[in-house]
Amino acid sequence: MKTRTTRAVQCSATLLAAGLLLTACGSSDGSGSGEQAGSTSFKGRGPITYAAGKDSSGVVQKVIDRWNQLHPNEKVTFVQLPTDADSQRQQMIQNAETKSDAYTLLSLDVVWTSEFAAHQWIDRLPADQFPLQKMLKPVVETAKYRGGLYAAPASSDGGMLYYRSDLLKKAGIAEPPATWSQMKADCAKVKKLPEGQGMSCYAGQFQKYEGLTVNFSEAVNSAGGVVTDANGKADVDTPAAKQGLDFLAGSFKDGTIPKEAITYQEEDGRQAFQAGKLVFLRNWPYMYSLAEKSKVAGKFAVAPLPGLNGPGSSSLGGHNLALSSFAKNKATALDFMKFFTNEDSAGTFLKDASLAPPYANLYDDKSLDQQYPYLPVLKQSILHAVPRPRVVQYGDVTSAVQQEAYAALSGSKDSAQALKDLQKALQNSTAQ
Amino acid sequence: MTASAKWRTWLLYAGVVAVVAYCLAPFYWMLVSSLRRTSDIFDTSLLPSPVSFENYRAVFNPSQGFTRALLNSLVVAGTTTTLALLLATFTAYAMARLEFRFKRLILTLIIATSMFPVVSIVVPLLKLFTDIGWINTYQAMIVPSMSFALPLAVWNLTTFFRQMPDELEQAAMIDGCTRGQAFRKIIIPLAAPGVFTTAIITFIAAWNEFLIALSMTNKPGMQTAPVAISKFSGATQFETPFGSQMAAGVLVTVPLVIMVLVFQRRIVAGLTAGAAK
Amino acid sequence: MVHTKVPPGTAEHGTGSEAGGRSGRPRAPMGRRGRITAPSGPGRMAALLVSPTLLVLSIVVLYPTIMALRESLYGPKGLDPATGFIRTTEPFVGLRNYADILGAAGDRFWNAFWNTTFFTVVTVGLETLIGVAMALIMHKAFRGRALVRAGILIPWAVPTAISGLLWRWIFNSNGVANAIIGHQILWTTEGFHAKVAVIIAEVWKTAPFIGLLVLAGLQVIPKEVYEAARIDGAGPLGQFWHITLPLVKPALLVAVLFRCLDALRMFDLPYILVGAQKTSVETLSMLAQNEASNVRFGPAAAYAVILFLYVFLIALGFVRLLGADVVGDRAARAASRSGRRRRATAMRVTEVPA
Repeated sequence: MKTRTTRAVQCSATLLAAGLLLTACGSSDGSGSGEQAGSTSFKGRGPITYAAGKDSSGVVQKVIDRWNQLHPNEKVTFVQLPTDADSQRQQMIQNAETKSDAYTLLSLDVVWTSEFAAHQWIDRLPADQFPLQKMLKPVVETAKYRGGLYAAPASSDGGMLYYRSDLLKKAGIAEPPATWSQMKADCAKVKKLPEGQGMSCYAGQFQKYEGLTVNFSEAVNSAGGVVTDANGKADVDTPAAKQGLDFLAGSFKDGTIPKEAITYQEEDGRQAFQAGKLVFLRNWPYMYSLAEKSKVAGKFAVAPLPGLNGPGSSSLGGHNLALSSFAKNKATALDFMKFFTNEDSAGTFLKDASLAPPYANLYDDKSLDQQYPYLPVLKQSILHAVPRPRVVQYGDVTSAVQQEAYAALSGSKDSAQALKDLQKALQNSTAQ
Repeated sequence: MTASAKWRTWLLYAGVVAVVAYCLAPFYWMLVSSLRRTSDIFDTSLLPSPVSFENYRAVFNPSQGFTRALLNSLVVAGTTTTLALLLATFTAYAMARLEFRFKRLILTLIIATSMFPVVSIVVPLLKLFTDIGWINTYQAMIVPSMSFALPLAVWNLTTFFRQMPDELEQAAMIDGCTRGQAFRKIIIPLAAPGVFTTAIITFIAAWNEFLIALSMTNKPGMQTAPVAISKFSGATQFETPFGSQMAAGVLVTVPLVIMVLVFQRRIVAGLTAGAAK
Repeated sequence: MVHTKVPPGTAEHGTGSEAGGRSGRPRAPMGRRGRITAPSGPGRMAALLVSPTLLVLSIVVLYPTIMALRESLYGPKGLDPATGFIRTTEPFVGLRNYADILGAAGDRFWNAFWNTTFFTVVTVGLETLIGVAMALIMHKAFRGRALVRAGILIPWAVPTAISGLLWRWIFNSNGVANAIIGHQILWTTEGFHAKVAVIIAEVWKTAPFIGLLVLAGLQVIPKEVYEAARIDGAGPLGQFWHITLPLVKPALLVAVLFRCLDALRMFDLPYILVGAQKTSVETLSMLAQNEASNVRFGPAAAYAVILFLYVFLIALGFVRLLGADVVGDRAARAASRSGRRRRATAMRVTEVPA
């Protein structure tokens, strides 16, 4: 879920790379991995690697060091991948297509699980060996493919509504809005205040990238619609979905969302909110501590995302830990996965790097509430979250969503037509 | 006369200023952005206030391994340039000075190889290098870089060699030089600006190569500067490490320019010295 | 200095090139042939000199290229509905990938094709103008020339991805570009302004490439040529058209050729600056990338092959139409005759005192 282009540094080129000739190797030798998932035998002990994007907090290395101290003969090495999510995925695919054992464990974005599982690039895991029942249900769902567990949930993420509590209070509004129309009404009141002059009402992530898929899905889900149904079939050409898309497209048209928000990614929205240009903003929890250090420190709060007729649903972010099919020392790997995703490690990740844990009870930890006042809201957000479409061809699905949603938001297509076209495109890419 | 000369001097300087401004204004923005605090990166003021070196500190944070990466880049780009120039000199000499069949075809073939995107040769090579154990070695980055360095060098050198009047060479041969000597002592020095420019351009292309370097290495100790930069990250998942990326951009660019400045005279002088004999 | 080494007898030995030049008689096609005759014959010598390069290139390029050609005949692996797994083999589909690109995905393909062509023509055109202007200015003697010359390297030396990010920041909705023009343009949205943003960034980055090569081309022109021209009474403009340009043409052409090849494969800049899947700036490389990133290697390879063919045609055209100076077989003579004649004259001039 990392932004597609923001972090594109050099990495963009990787994508190109990956392709063209992965082929040459993977294409037609036909051998594949003879192993059927589920029948994996987790044998072999020894050194393994963990491949993920760089972690600037240093907490991953800290947890790995802890493991290495306990298991000097089964050391884990952290292989750092580029920061850009697309490049990470491409490196992992390259690794799989060359059947290399360079990466043992893969840190997968939640939306990649189906694709990696269907290609048998990752092994099916014994579900009974992970404490799944202690985890938040929507989070566990992101690690599954066709009912089988293919990854261990390591961290989660959910969207929240940041709002200017100071201005709402001044305008005499006690509670944050639960619905879109309340939000618009609150906004109108705030804009009548002297401080509210020239402010815009709402923004999210609307640039044509993964963030748009997140925001579009949230709007559709929050209006009671779906993008794909429980079986992964497209079902987006519905009145409910249209109400969701209409909220976004209409807000652009009537100025509730500022024009320039069509170029926003996470950081642009944060910047606008911190500069006092926005009353409401949909963003991830990462922004909380940063905003606390900005001009709006102490003047904002968070609430669950609003919806059509009541609180809305967030999309889910986060990462899962998966085991490469081509790796060695899988017994060690399985042990390390359990260690890396246990409650203790999740607690460390939360404390040191503010990564949302998959474990329900960590959200209720009073000692952590001090450090992260948003935890109760985040828990609600994740509990009511709807995963983005879990399909093998996720890349095509998200492209189609971005294509049509962008057309509707920028006004070059009306929302009914956009949804009709989207339905058709999704049917094509999920048909196989 | 003097008035018009004065005019022309002014015009020249105006031109120089325009060129410099054109090339450096965006770079200035890069520099300014790299000197802002992370919290100020959205500023559009012309001077950073306050000036902060936090981005540079972040780049040189030992965990980034940036110093080592610069060194690796130097080794890879330096070797690539040297090898490419050496091979290309032979080839370009043949192209510029010898008549033989299939010359046009060969030149076309050489340039054709540089047309297939680097991206499309990476994976077969990755597979090949995995088999022969070249992963995490310098040669795994140097050899594929030849695919774009060689055609560039061959074509450029051919043009510059061809520019040289061949009467000189013959004269030298009459004086008793072998053909090799004549080439080394007459043509190379005369073509020095061309050779040097070709070297710079090849070096920069190799210095900035990203894809091959990324695919062929998975150890931090072997990564090159562009790969290291791609691994920069913000403090949290969504934060853009824009400041440190710009700082790194400045840091990979400026040494090149200084190097060119220092070597420019020396190398050209060195090449020319052969001729003075 | 070097020229004074030339003994007076050169002309006779040089198969009369000077005489030919001076009399204005068309040069004999035999020009260079046989003049330099190695004991082993030029063919073998050439083979010896050329083969290392060809060997290296065939290892690093030819093999992968053939693999790509083959791959382009295979379709993506299908999903087996029974197991839920992707099949392990790719079906052979013949030319269907190509048919699909031109048929089903035709609109997108042709849009990308025109974008690619448009970007190439406009950026290379502007780069040539700016690059040549830069070179002419830098070629003049002035104080601090070395510094300025190293300075213009900067745009070219900045890694493409970093410069993409830099320009993205500059063209941000609240960025410095909008601050300067005092009007908010949303550069990264669809429309002609997105193309403009890409062109500005691309030209900035690569004009110095042409500038540097042309400058080097200028530097290898012997001063005597200009002196001779001045004696002939040519003005500054005449000098430029009749001497500088023809003599610098080979270097300029090679620079332009390599820029064209690069521009036709443009990817990073529009991808980072404006973003993926923006109709206004989508290029052929971006289409290939899109297929590849969705693990459809066959179609991706087919896009790469089509792009390759397109680039190859352009390069071939270059070599045929303009590249005579560069390839330098006999046809080249005619094209570069005028320049050579002047040089020959110049040589004569310097020789007089000797």
